[in-house]
Parts: sequence; C-alpha cells; structure tokens
Amino acid sequence: MDLLNALVAILNYIIIPATAYGAQLALGALGVTLIYGILRFSNFAHGDTMAFGTAITILVTWGLQALGISAGPLPTALLALPVGIAATAALMLATDRVVYRYYRRVRAAPVILTMVSVGVMFVMNGVTRVLIGVDEIRFADGARFVIGPQEFKAWTGLAEPLALRATQVITVVTAGLVVAWLFWFLARTRTGKSMRAFSDNEDLALLSGIDPNRVVAVTWIIAAGLATLAGTLYGLDKTFKAFNYFHLLLPIFAAAIVGGLGSPIGAIAGGFVIAYSEVAVTYAWKKVATYLIPGWEAEGLMQLLSTEYKFAVSFAILIIVLLFKPTGLFKGKAV
Amino acid sequence: MIKVENLHKHFGGFHAVDGASLEIATGSITGLIGPNGAGKSTLFNVIAGVHKPTSGRVTMDGEDITGLAPHELFHKGLLRTFQIAHEFPTMSVRENLMMVPGGQTGETLWNVWTRRARIAEEEAALLKKADEVLDFLTISHLKDERAGNLSGGQKKLLELGRTMMVEAKIVFLDEVGAGVNRTLLNTIGDAIVRLNRERGYTFCVIEHDMDFIGRLCDPVIVMAEGKVLAQGAPDTIMQNEAVIEAYLGRGLKNKVKAETAAGVGK
Repeated sequence: MDLLNALVAILNYIIIPATAYGAQLALGALGVTLIYGILRFSNFAHGDTMAFGTAITILVTWGLQALGISAGPLPTALLALPVGIAATAALMLATDRVVYRYYRRVRAAPVILTMVSVGVMFVMNGVTRVLIGVDEIRFADGARFVIGPQEFKAWTGLAEPLALRATQVITVVTAGLVVAWLFWFLARTRTGKSMRAFSDNEDLALLSGIDPNRVVAVTWIIAAGLATLAGTLYGLDKTFKAFNYFHLLLPIFAAAIVGGLGSPIGAIAGGFVIAYSEVAVTYAWKKVATYLIPGWEAEGLMQLLSTEYKFAVSFAILIIVLLFKPTGLFKGKAV
Repeated sequence: MIKVENLHKHFGGFHAVDGASLEIATGSITGLIGPNGAGKSTLFNVIAGVHKPTSGRVTMDGEDITGLAPHELFHKGLLRTFQIAHEFPTMSVRENLMMVPGGQTGETLWNVWTRRARIAEEEAALLKKADEVLDFLTISHLKDERAGNLSGGQKKLLELGRTMMVEAKIVFLDEVGAGVNRTLLNTIGDAIVRLNRERGYTFCVIEHDMDFIGRLCDPVIVMAEGKVLAQGAPDTIMQNEAVIEAYLGRGLKNKVKAETAAGVGK
C-alpha cells in the first residue's frame, strides 16, 4: 500500500506535471531549433513571440466567450488558436520583411542576427504588454479534471490523491499530434524537404534553384504556429503572464541546445530532459521517502533546490551538456 | 555561350580577379588552369553568382547575367559544382538528386494541401529521372545511402548527377578531380565526355591534373594573378613560355629548359 502511495505521489507531483511542461518546452524548442537550423541564428524573441501569440489567442477567447461560443468540455482557447497563429505568423512575416531581411541580404554574421533578435524581443515585449497588460490572466475554461483528486481517493482507497487535469491531457495530446504532423511534413513533403535541404547546405540549396524567400517564409509561419501553440498550452496549464514567457526563454533554449540545435528530434528530447529534471530537483521528496522507508521521518523537506531556483537546473544541464557533448544529444550543428 | 568582359573582383586591397576577359564556346569542354591563387575559383564564384563582381560584365548567349543570384542562374541553365563536394548530408542519394529542380509546385505551404495530385505527378517524374541519372553514373546501388556517408569521389559523381536533373546548358566544375582516385576520376571523365556529346552540355572545368585536362579539354584557358594569360589547345598551352613561367617561376623554368636542352633532365 505504501509503495502504491509512493508511486501515486511520484505520478501526481512529478510525472504528470513534468510531461505536460516537457511537451510545452518541446514545442517552444522546436521553433527555436527550426529557426536556428534554417535561418541560422538564435532567436531570442521566441519567448515573446509565444507571449504575443497567446495574448491574441486570449483576446479572441474573450470575444468568443462574450458571444457565448464555447467548445463544450474543451477550453474555448482552442477555437481561438487559429486566429492567434495567423496573427502571429503575419507579425513574424512583417518583422522578417522589415528587420531580418535586410541583415540576410548583407549576409550579416549569425551573432549580429541574434543581437537583432534581442531588439525584436524588446519591441514584442512592449507590444504584448500594451495589448493585454502585465497581469496574470487565467483563461482556461471547460472541464477542469479528467481524473479528480477526491474521485481518485474514493475510487482507489489510497491516501494519496491523483489529479489529471484536462489541460494537461490537452497539452500532451495536441503536442503529440503537432509533432507527428511536423515530422511528416519535414520528411515527406516537398516544402519540408526544401527546408531540410536549406538547413543541410544553404549554398547547395540555392544552387539547386530552391527559392530562399519561400523557405524563409514557411519557416517563420511554422515557428509562429509552434510558438503560439506552446504559449497557449502553457497558459492553459498554468496562467498567462507576459513576464513569465520572457523567462521561459531560458529552459526553451536549454532544451534546444541539450537536444542539439537544429535537430527537431533533439528539441523534443531536450524539452523533456529539462522538464523532468526541473520538476524532480525542485520536488520535496519527503512524502515519498516516508512511504518508502517506513518508520523513518525525514528532517526537512528533502527538496534539492527550492522552486525559486528552478532555472538553475536548466543552466546546470546546459553547462554539463556543453562541456561534455557540445553538439547536444542528437548531434545538432555546432553551437 | 558565356562571355566575360574585363571582370574585376577585389576583396579589400586584394585583386583576386583583375580584369579577366574570356569566352566559353557553346558545346566545348573548356579547361581553366593556373597556379594556386590565380583567381580561378573566384572567377567561378563571380560567374555563378556567389560573389558580386567589383566591375565588369558577364553575359550568357548575349544576355547580361552579371550579379544574378545562384537560384536565378540555375533557372537559366547555368550550374556549378564545388571544389569540396557539397551535398545534403542527412538525405539519401536519391533524395539529394530529387531536390534539384527547385521551384516545384510542392514548395509552397499552401500547395502542399491543395494540389496534391500535381505534386504526386511531379514527384513521380523526379523519381524516375533520379533513377536514370543514378544508372547513367553507375551508382544505382548507392541510392538509399545517406549522402553524408559517401566517399569524396562518389560525392563528386553525385554533384555531376545533380546537373543532370535539369536541362543544364553550361556546367562549371570546380576541381572535380581533387581527392578522387584514378578509377573514379576516369568514370567522372567519361561521364563528362558523354554528357558533352550526347546531351550537348557545355563544360568549364577547373582542374590541376594535366592528364585529365589534356584528355578532356579543348581549349584550355590559363589564368595567373587574376588575369587570363593564354588560351589554346592543350598541347600548345603546355609549351607556352609564359604559362610555364607562371607555374614554375622564371628561375626554375630556365633551369628546366637548360637541363632539357643538355639532356640531363629526366
């Protein structure tokens, strides 16, 4: 019984939340890695792109709610998502046209493009705050639980509750579908192949007659879609606050680099590595330990790191990976 | 076919190409030789649109193509290969070939969903063509290999194959022989000659291997210090005083001549 309780506690406090969080990071890291692979720079504006996309999605959600439209048990935000994606894609394409294209044309070094993206980040930062403000916003509606904690306790008779929130299931299912679609797209469609060709060898892609402007536009559209999706799922699972999305940049980059920049499969693996580590390291293991070692009462919480320091986990993993495997777990391009 | 007029390319104070003028005749296999640093590769890069020239003009069949981007030149039938073979390492050999005629219907995000039949048709045609090319180059057995795993020579063959995926008019080959073993080099040479005779490709070949140049090319253009030094049939070029001097320097040239005259040189 105690063993079961311990397992349920691990499932409830680590596996489920970390899987949802990992899926969100993976989607974010996929966007970063695509831009790095194809446009060849680290896009620091990605966190704020997520915030912008989510903000638009929230505004549309409010509009739909005011009109009395809902998606039944699913969050209304899912209906608003296509509008959010379209708006973000339009913004990305406009930014590319006004800002990045110039630097591409003069063949600026990647580090310059990265610095330019920092500038874009600050602008988008401001735009999002003007649009929706700086406060914490909760916009999840629809069913709250797939498995509720009280139901679970009554049903199993265990002391430990288990909660599986609807947003967590939606996050994982949506992320799974989108990732499957993206891999199919990259592997099988001509557009996807031309993107891979561009990432593999830009000179040769150009000499093969592939139109770079098209590849760049498609990359921005997909990155905008991934960013809006990641941001909205994160916001549904937790809450939306523009500042938090700016902070998310660190674990997202850590995930992309750990997996290997430029490698889509790496971005996903990296997302989960970072998420599981972050959650496991900041979890108070006292309860689990008490179940597993009967008659032993741990002093303190048995928490390796307090949650305020959770970003230190991303940093630590990042440094370890860069020291021992600089191209990441899945052999990305050199960092 | 290609006419280069008084072309200059300067990198800062360095004049890599310094007033080169030359012509490549339709249907020829023109060799481009010269000592290291003569500006051959830079000239290629300028013609192929990688670098913009500092000044000068390049025309193709009378049309001004100076400073066009590589993908634009590609659609005009001007192709090039690289000194160090380029490939898409994570794709199979066949996929590498199938990437070549860029600008397919399936390359627009929208068309991927709306014009599936057309795309399937194009892909089938590409697949057939790629298999023919692999057959022509006698590397059919490598079709599913990742291109990154090929040997240097096989990559050069793949590069040549890439030019066959479209109706190329002129192909610039940058050191096809570099790091390739004899047998494979002969295969490449045969393929070049066949493409020239059977399909009417015009070639311009940079190469250091004089046997290869002598066997394949007529005429041969010699470059030194960014300028065209001489032009002519391979036999006459290799006797040309200025050419020997450019390669060996004056002192060594005189020594070799003296030794040859005295019958000491072997």
